[in-house]
Amino acid sequence: MKVATTMAPRKTDESIFYSKAFRALAYQAALCAGLAFLAWSLYANVNENLARQGIATGWGFLTTSSGFDIGEALIEYSAADTYGRALVVGILNTLQVAFFGIIFATILGVFMGVARVSRNWLLSTIASWYVEICRNVPVVLHVIFWGTVIHLLPKPRQALIPFDGAYIMNRGVVLPVPEADPAHPWIGAAFVAGILGVFYLRKWAQRRRELTGQYIPVLWPGLALIFAPPVAVWLAFGAPLVWDVPVLRGFNFRGGMELSPEFIALLVGITAYTGAFIAEIVRAGIQSVPAGQIEAARAIGLRQSFIMRYVTMPQALRVIVPPTTSQYLSLTKNSSLGVLIGYPDLVNIGNTTLNQTGQAVEAIAVMMIVYLSISVSISICMNIYNRVVAIKER
Amino acid sequence: MTDSSLSKNTTGRRPPPPTERIPVLRWIKENLAQTPFNMLVTAICLVVLFYALPSFLEWGVIDATFFATDHTVCREATGACWAVIGEKHRPMLFGVYPYEEHWRLLTAVIIYISAVIMTMIPLFWKYRILVPVWLFTLASTLTLMWGGVLGMPQVDNSQWGGLPLTLILFSGTLVIGFPLAIVLALGRRSTMPAVKAVSVVFIESLRGVPLITILFVAVNVFPLFLPQGLEFDKLLRVMVGMAIFFACYQAEVIRGGLQAISRGQYEAAEALGLGYWQTMTRIILPQALRISLPGIVNHIIAAFKNTSFVLIIGLFDMLTATTAVMQDPEWRRFTIEAYLCVGFIYFCFCFALSKYSQLVERWLGEGKKF
Repeated sequence: MKVATTMAPRKTDESIFYSKAFRALAYQAALCAGLAFLAWSLYANVNENLARQGIATGWGFLTTSSGFDIGEALIEYSAADTYGRALVVGILNTLQVAFFGIIFATILGVFMGVARVSRNWLLSTIASWYVEICRNVPVVLHVIFWGTVIHLLPKPRQALIPFDGAYIMNRGVVLPVPEADPAHPWIGAAFVAGILGVFYLRKWAQRRRELTGQYIPVLWPGLALIFAPPVAVWLAFGAPLVWDVPVLRGFNFRGGMELSPEFIALLVGITAYTGAFIAEIVRAGIQSVPAGQIEAARAIGLRQSFIMRYVTMPQALRVIVPPTTSQYLSLTKNSSLGVLIGYPDLVNIGNTTLNQTGQAVEAIAVMMIVYLSISVSISICMNIYNRVVAIKER
Repeated sequence: MTDSSLSKNTTGRRPPPPTERIPVLRWIKENLAQTPFNMLVTAICLVVLFYALPSFLEWGVIDATFFATDHTVCREATGACWAVIGEKHRPMLFGVYPYEEHWRLLTAVIIYISAVIMTMIPLFWKYRILVPVWLFTLASTLTLMWGGVLGMPQVDNSQWGGLPLTLILFSGTLVIGFPLAIVLALGRRSTMPAVKAVSVVFIESLRGVPLITILFVAVNVFPLFLPQGLEFDKLLRVMVGMAIFFACYQAEVIRGGLQAISRGQYEAAEALGLGYWQTMTRIILPQALRISLPGIVNHIIAAFKNTSFVLIIGLFDMLTATTAVMQDPEWRRFTIEAYLCVGFIYFCFCFALSKYSQLVERWLGEGKKF
């Protein structure tokens, strides 16, 4: 390009086509036009295809009778109810299994994560075997594996009895529950009040410590504040305790709380799978706290339990919370594998609706919208929590 | 410091004896019984193992049947029936592919895995080696599977199944998904608002729904999108669905890497007069992909495991083939053993991939000198 210096600027350099702003605008206009055309042609094709196959469109099916039964439902439901109600049953079942899955996976994951960094060789080896085996096997296999295992368990008559009143068999698990009593709502209210009380106690203690430097223990008084009021209420009502114990009648158990085999298999499968991932996250979080921090805390004379509570955990949590959120989301989405083993979750019922009505677009849209809303709400909750534990620059 | 090892020579005193002279006991003391609490933990672990291990061994080894051609032999034994794998491994691994032609699939799988192993070794990381290797792999495996030439009868892709189908789905997901992931990641980082908005909505909405619903769309809804008379193969549709799902997750990982690149890199590239695509492909992406490598491999492993979701829509991958073959009433009660075997195959692939990624991270860490 040695002649470049002698050349006059090319005309095209001033042309609008070479301006960055114009190009950006043109690309974006082309993208929007392309998407609009794609959307229009898809819409036209779908309408034409549906009309040709004689499939109805629209949301009318939600108010017509479904005609199928659902094995387990948290609300009243029968085959005469509408598709809309059937889908609500599915949503509630999905939320139920996801809720318990998240709780158990968190407990399992935190335990195994802490076990993996333990100085005890035996414990850390067992934990790493669990993690490697469970996370390197597809979650689909986890779910159908446990679905198969539970059907190989003994019949109700030869049920396994882990403790008095509880039975494990091929029809699921039955557990004894306390019989309903007027005291129960009050006990629950006392429990919630205790938790709120601890929240304020913690805030007050912290403010007091920052003002005066005086340390006020929160842990034991806090535990007392949570558990003492419910017990007190229970005693005040005359300590009512009648267990509703399941009893074998004919071929099945009556009474107690019944958990279906599908629910158990799905719960065990997704909990074991997600627990392994949470364990890895917890391990990484604990190991991410620099050793110098702990040594410094020891040097200024903090107790071991204080080091854990005020130095290690706050820093580890910042690393742990964001990836754990996405594990919760993936657990919720994986609960859709209930369709494989017959657990009546949203996808299962949506799939039945799809097959009966043929309205694939609407049925799949319902599933996607519900899962999107669940994902967005969990994300928002965890983002709020994350803001609470994040570094506060003062 | 008065009586420590520093002063041992001057005072002539012997060093204090080690806490335990017998190596085994010392190891136990240092790894299992440092504190009273750790002793308790060890004791609990031992009790659990003492109860769990013998019954497992009894079921899996002592009372198990390893070789039998008749299911009645297994029924009489109280332990596991590993013989079911010997009996059913062909349909488990190769699905409904014609029985006499299974050698073709076996050869294809061996060629494919050899190519993958070659790709993993840095010695072969050259275009003039890897491009011919993969062209040969693609051509030979597809020829072997389709047949129709060299005296091999043709087998339609509706009869493909088992492990080869799992590998095809996996490779297809990566080949289609990875470029899409890079485009989506760059789109999300774009300065053009429309491009950015489209990428964000696409990524976030697909990440918010389960893979099953995307597969349902691929199977049930996508045919409705096409004008009359136009049809796509089901296998291809499912593969594209999985690739899009994979791309959305991978795009977020790559975006993380892109965000870690300092502004100076962009400015330097601009100062050199590089255009957008030159800057990206030669300066930014090589660094960003390297930073996000652990995450990328995690999602590649996830893509391998996710191939098993096709069980729901009835494509005959390894897991579907196993589930179908175990419907045989004679062997049905030994489904657990078959699933454990399939799980072991998945485990081998995923575990090898994750160990390999740790190795690569170490190599890259060594080469990173500033």
